[in-house]
Amino acid sequence: MEYIVITYLWLAIVLYFLLGGADFGVGIIEMFTSTKNISRTRRTMYHAIGPIWEANHMWLIIAIVILFVGFPVIYSQLSVHLHIPLVILLLGIIARGTAFVFRHYDAVRDNMQEIYNSIFVWSSFITPLFLGIIAGSVLSGHIDAKAHDFATAYVFSWLNWFSVAVGLFTVALCGFLASVYLIGEAEDAKDHHRFIHKAKTMNIAAVCCGALVFLAAQVERVPLANWIFGDAVGLSAVILATLSLVLLWTQIGSGRTTLLRILVGFQVTMILLAISYAHFPDFVIIRNGENLSLFTAQAPEKTMQALGSALLIGSVLILPALFYLYYSFQKKKVNGS
Amino acid sequence: MDDFLAARMQMALSLGFHIIYACIGMVMPFFMAVSHYKWLRNGNDVYKNITKAWSKGVAIFFATGAVSGTVLSFELGLLWPEFMKHAGPIFGMPFSLEGTAFFIEAIALGFFLYGWDRFNKWFHWFTGVVVGVSGLASGILVVSANAWMNSPAGFDYVNGEYLNIDPIKAMFNDAWALQALHMTIAAFASTGFAVAGVHAAMMVQKKNVNFHLKAFRIAASFGAIAALLQPLSGDLSAKDVAKRQPAKLAAMEAHYHTQASAPLLIGGIPDPENKKVDYALEIPGMLSYLAHGNFSAEVKGLDTIPERDHPPVPVVHYAFQVMVGIGTFLMVLSVMLLIAFRRKQWLSARWFLMLFALATPLGFIAVEAGWTVTEVGRQPWIIQGIMRTADAVTPMPGIAWSFYLFTAVYISLSIVIIFLLHRQIKMVPVQYDVPAGSSQKH
Ligand code: HDD
Ligand code: HEM
Ligand code: HEM
Repeated sequence: MEYIVITYLWLAIVLYFLLGGADFGVGIIEMFTSTKNISRTRRTMYHAIGPIWEANHMWLIIAIVILFVGFPVIYSQLSVHLHIPLVILLLGIIARGTAFVFRHYDAVRDNMQEIYNSIFVWSSFITPLFLGIIAGSVLSGHIDAKAHDFATAYVFSWLNWFSVAVGLFTVALCGFLASVYLIGEAEDAKDHHRFIHKAKTMNIAAVCCGALVFLAAQVERVPLANWIFGDAVGLSAVILATLSLVLLWTQIGSGRTTLLRILVGFQVTMILLAISYAHFPDFVIIRNGENLSLFTAQAPEKTMQALGSALLIGSVLILPALFYLYYSFQKKKVNGS
Repeated sequence: MDDFLAARMQMALSLGFHIIYACIGMVMPFFMAVSHYKWLRNGNDVYKNITKAWSKGVAIFFATGAVSGTVLSFELGLLWPEFMKHAGPIFGMPFSLEGTAFFIEAIALGFFLYGWDRFNKWFHWFTGVVVGVSGLASGILVVSANAWMNSPAGFDYVNGEYLNIDPIKAMFNDAWALQALHMTIAAFASTGFAVAGVHAAMMVQKKNVNFHLKAFRIAASFGAIAALLQPLSGDLSAKDVAKRQPAKLAAMEAHYHTQASAPLLIGGIPDPENKKVDYALEIPGMLSYLAHGNFSAEVKGLDTIPERDHPPVPVVHYAFQVMVGIGTFLMVLSVMLLIAFRRKQWLSARWFLMLFALATPLGFIAVEAGWTVTEVGRQPWIIQGIMRTADAVTPMPGIAWSFYLFTAVYISLSIVIIFLLHRQIKMVPVQYDVPAGSSQKH
């Protein structure tokens, strides 16, 4: 059962990166869209994510629930040492979710829209930035369970080059995911070209930020290169990700939007696999101390049984409905609604 | 402000904020399902407009409910890491099931809000019902976690360790059934009277009376049925509390001294120093009856409980009085509504509508008061009799700042939401009074 729970945890995190990430990315794209095109872009975006954004964000909650039920020690350690970035993440989530809905449901269109827009755009940037910072900190080895002073315990645990680089990388990936996703949502040929162009730019940005992550890993002595290249699975994942990237560039103008989406999703999944597999089962890397492992920091047997069953039963109910949701709103769009 | 107090206040603030949206998210789908059904059945477009107008409000509330709930699932760890470390595996079962319920709710909501004119109309109606049912399910499940804190079960506590954990037993703890029942009824009562109150206020101003009267009838009927059941369920809850948390019951009643034929105090100002209550109205024997079903039974007072385990009496006592007072008032209002359904002229009488308009916030005030009773009445325990709240709090200093920050955020959000609802309501004539036949945008 523990493997089932761990698989679900991994899937929830990956799906949140992919779906929630594309969702954040849409806001990042909005940030980089010229005023000339902004209102059409907003409309396209609204049609693209309106019906599904709440469902996309459920993956985060699933991941958190799995953590606090199944791996309570990990959950409480991270809550203590990453308190500050978590609070910023939460504020970002509040701001973004509400601004997105408020701007659509405000019955009067006036300059309040400007306020909603800027809140939406900024929180779409800050939230994934801090999500990435948190993810980076979990691996960076800067969490110090024995720290005595405030700065070491609560600030440098997340404020370091590596974490920040991962944060930027996450933002770029979100933008990349979203722009590839939006290619398929474009209303006309001109938009189509715009989104392709965006996707290319975002991809270059993502590659640069990726390089930055490696650089920062060197500076902070995070054995990232070792994890990824010193491990057969990690290495193959990276090679596959690179291959899919090449394929993506050759196909980007082809109009095969589903293929593009699959490729970009595959690519991000491989990156996450490469990073997470190498130090499995360790989940949190702690400075000079006992890393928190998914095997040793586990809840008792009976809880894992119950949690695993709840997840399995839940999937049977959720997955068909979720696919039908995505499918319906895709199909209706093609039919020109 | 000291960090421990700040953490408690921040938790209370976040929960108190979330519960409003949670209640609305659980209950509004049912109101919409009724008006939607009426429209599908008899084709009266007013009902379609009511459904659409409500669904816009609900979309705003849902988004706020979803984000504030997300905040809560992090805050449990951010503020009470020591609690979650031990409690997570024990009381986590309802949360893992709740995940499914939320997911289904979010999916169904996507279909419902964006599915007008896109799907078979009965499928579309059905997705609305699914939103309500899964919302109720998630509410009932999460109350189980809270009930476990009031009546811990499903583990053995040996030398500070939590052994033989059984999450299923923990979920079906003693307090769950009655707390979930009372909470569910409260959600219907509070949302019902709030919605009815807004529509009554519009009728007082003679705006779109036809539209608002139909909406009022639906919401007020739900609210009234719930408000009539509420005191019955509350009475059961009180008996339950007397058994499992005598300290909480004593604090609710400001009952300092153990006594047979204990009187029920109405109002009054508790004086914790001298352990007495001033200016209260006493009904002899009533407390014994309410707590144990017998006018002469002995009711344990706070004197049977060590001083360091006393909850803060005045807050709990006042909150309980507020809840029961409002409960009684809403019950009277419900009876009047039943009369009004016979004497139709009341439904357009100004005084009658004013009464409902004034009752708009009362249900929610009672909900907040009720949770104050439950949660503050449990103090100093975070897990009754097992773990103290003070031992659970995060070691991180400076929580006061995060409390100020969240307070500012929640206040601003509340202001924006009121502003948005005001605009929605103001725009009702513009959006829905179009002559028949012309098209509507959604
Ligand atoms: C519309 C809201 C509302 C109204 C009118 C009432 N209640 Fe209530 N009450 C709640 C809303 C509520 C609540 C917010 O939903 C609580 C908090 C925890 C819970 O499960 O329900 C609650 C808790 C609560 C508790 C504590 C339960 C516990 O700690 O486990 C008791 C004893 C009562 N109530 C009793 C009553 C009585 C005797 C009422 C008589 C009129 C009453 N309530 C009206
Ligand atoms: C008795 C108290 C509570 C009740 C009755 C309740 C009920 C609900 C309901 C009905 C919803 C969905 C409606 C909406 O989105 O507006 C909701 C949302 C949510 N609640 Fe609560 N809740 C309570 C307390 C909590 C607590 C303590 C937590 C966290 C540990 C929590 C976590 C959440 C989350 C994560 C969501 C968002 C789900 C989504 O995205 O749809 N809730 N709650
Ligand atoms: C949504 C309705 C709820 C409201 C309005 C509410 C209200 C409160 C209040 C006022 C406090 C502060 C008590 C004090 O410190 O004096 C509190 C504490 C707390 N509540 Fe609730 N509560 C609700 C539901 C829940 C649920 C469902 C859970 C279950 C997980 C929960 C878990 C906690 C925890 C962990 C604390 C902090 C520890 C403590 O003070 O005992 N609450 N709540």
